[in-house]
Amino acid sequence: MPETTLASHAIHRLEILGEDGDVDKALMPELSDERIVRMYEMMVLARSFDERAVTLQREGRLGTYPPILGQEAAQVGSASALLPCDWVVPSFREMGVHITLGYPIHRLFQYWGGDERGQRGPESLNILPICVAVGTQIPHGVGIAMAARYRRDPAVVCTYFGDGATSKGDFHEGLNMAGVFKLPAVFICQNNQWAISVPLKQQTAAATIAQKGVAYGIDGIQVDGNDIFAVYRATSDALAKARSGGGPTLIECLTYRIADHTTADDAGRYRTPDEVATWRRKDPLLRLERFMAGRGLWDDDVGRRVREEAVAEIDRAVLAMESAPQPEAEEMFTNTGATLSRRQIRQMEVI
Amino acid sequence: MSEQPEARITTYREAVREAIREALMKDERVFLMGEDVGHYGGCYAVSKGLLAEFGPERIRDTPLSESAFVGAGIGAALGGMRPIVEVMTVNFSLLALDQILNNAATLLHMSGGQFNVPLVIRMATGAGKQLAAQHAHSLEGWYAHIPGIRVLSPATIEDARGMLWSALLNPDPVIIFENNTLYNLEGELPADAGAVDIDRARVLRHGEALTIITYSASLHKSLEAAERLALEGIEAEVIDLRTLRPLDDATYLASIAKTHRALIVDEGWRSGSISAEISARIMEQAFYDLDLPVSRLCSAEVPIPYAKHLEDAAIPQVDSIMAEARRMVRHG
Repeated sequence: MPETTLASHAIHRLEILGEDGDVDKALMPELSDERIVRMYEMMVLARSFDERAVTLQREGRLGTYPPILGQEAAQVGSASALLPCDWVVPSFREMGVHITLGYPIHRLFQYWGGDERGQRGPESLNILPICVAVGTQIPHGVGIAMAARYRRDPAVVCTYFGDGATSKGDFHEGLNMAGVFKLPAVFICQNNQWAISVPLKQQTAAATIAQKGVAYGIDGIQVDGNDIFAVYRATSDALAKARSGGGPTLIECLTYRIADHTTADDAGRYRTPDEVATWRRKDPLLRLERFMAGRGLWDDDVGRRVREEAVAEIDRAVLAMESAPQPEAEEMFTNTGATLSRRQIRQMEVI
Repeated sequence: MSEQPEARITTYREAVREAIREALMKDERVFLMGEDVGHYGGCYAVSKGLLAEFGPERIRDTPLSESAFVGAGIGAALGGMRPIVEVMTVNFSLLALDQILNNAATLLHMSGGQFNVPLVIRMATGAGKQLAAQHAHSLEGWYAHIPGIRVLSPATIEDARGMLWSALLNPDPVIIFENNTLYNLEGELPADAGAVDIDRARVLRHGEALTIITYSASLHKSLEAAERLALEGIEAEVIDLRTLRPLDDATYLASIAKTHRALIVDEGWRSGSISAEISARIMEQAFYDLDLPVSRLCSAEVPIPYAKHLEDAAIPQVDSIMAEARRMVRHG
């Protein structure tokens, strides 16, 4: 008997906004000038947050912090596509998502300053706390999607993780289960190509992360992660498909971690300045500015004003964070459960 | 005169099934998921018939992915559901330990107090069915080490029936350990049996000679040993711990104040076990009540053997409990 081909799979890559600021008009999502300006403002705000966070850490006013520099398009672009009913399940390098959704910035600083109360999200947002344990949040996103499907509510769950997480069991198990149950879920991999010091090619022999979806029977697509319009479009399409019962999608946003893994890392020890410089030229913010300039939405004055407003907002957030009272020792006990054991109560009295 | 509800004979397995069934009927947020729980009815036949009654969304067969279905249970709980997750045996739960310890038990803390995780995980535990060294351990003590979760060990039919609903009412993660040798246990259950407390240990047999502190399948061995010891004139008090975290110290300390002798029977390995914890607590709180040192009967520190005679030899048995009780009573 001859061999037969059971299936063949193509992996697509979506690019809309070029480095020169030109867009592919056929693929360009429908976005008003106001929304584009809003997305730009969010990217600037995210970058300003990030710069300040690194500075505050250097000054000893924040704990270890994982920068998002260079990944703003992947974060603001995807978050801009969400509806208020949707859920976000973050890892730890998506502060641009938080900011776009209107998560209070002083609480982000508060968390990275060592105070878990900063993880209390506002009632209006469906967002889980930042998850530092790599990839373990992926099954949580699957479970929330199960709950949404069971209740027949229209929410879709957007779960974020990095390229390193795709090597973990929870990625495999979670996406497999989401595929089996055809859940309303979107999995967004910010492939920034470095998991601390391990480069992508040592993380996986696969040519793309998007193709891993094939094995789970779910759609996978790679997008230019520094192209905010491509990210927005891919996310919007995946959300619409999930909402109408079409099942999950894996979106690989190919981007680059321009800064260190965290403020406790020195990426200069394991990668070349040339590589970083190449990616600096692909800065998602510059690209959007070029597009907006061509549309008459941006010039130096607009850039300066948006930047100044962002910095002022960050100033206010830092002030709010630093004027919040420190947590009481009691709270480390009260947040272990609704009822404390007698032993815990005794320990609480001693501390 | 009010009529007493009739008691009926049932099994531990049926009692657990009834508890699940009642929970599914009472609260539409409750669902059961795990490997083989649906069409197959559970590897220990606990959920038999429930799929036909409640459908595949509420009795959900999952892929063979402990970390994913425990993690999804956490997610579903955060999303407003009241999941019951069945893990086939305690040994397999280790694949989900990251989800249990680093996530379920820490999320309330990590969320600054925002997210309780009302998740119930049930799993089979223990030796005695010749399931060998990778399916038969008793790791309850490990789980009892973790702040943020409650660990239940129903040993009686009443608790098998009643602990689940109490666990579901708990806003934080609860793990229920069902010893696989107990599923066929038969006994009486009042027709109106329902939720029980999950806070207190219980004295199941009164006596003055010594206190036997135990849980799960070892409870029944301890009770049998106590009945046989009574024929020799030794009246043992037998305490079922029921909840391993948080431990109810007061019940066994009160007993020791009376008997002055404490024997702990624990199917877990001896080193670093729940029996070691209880022993330390007795030393800390009741040292001067004791006539002789606390004694422990635990499993041999070996992987649980496959051969029946070796498996029996590796874990506490009625004879070893009786021998140790006699030694303690003779001693002082």
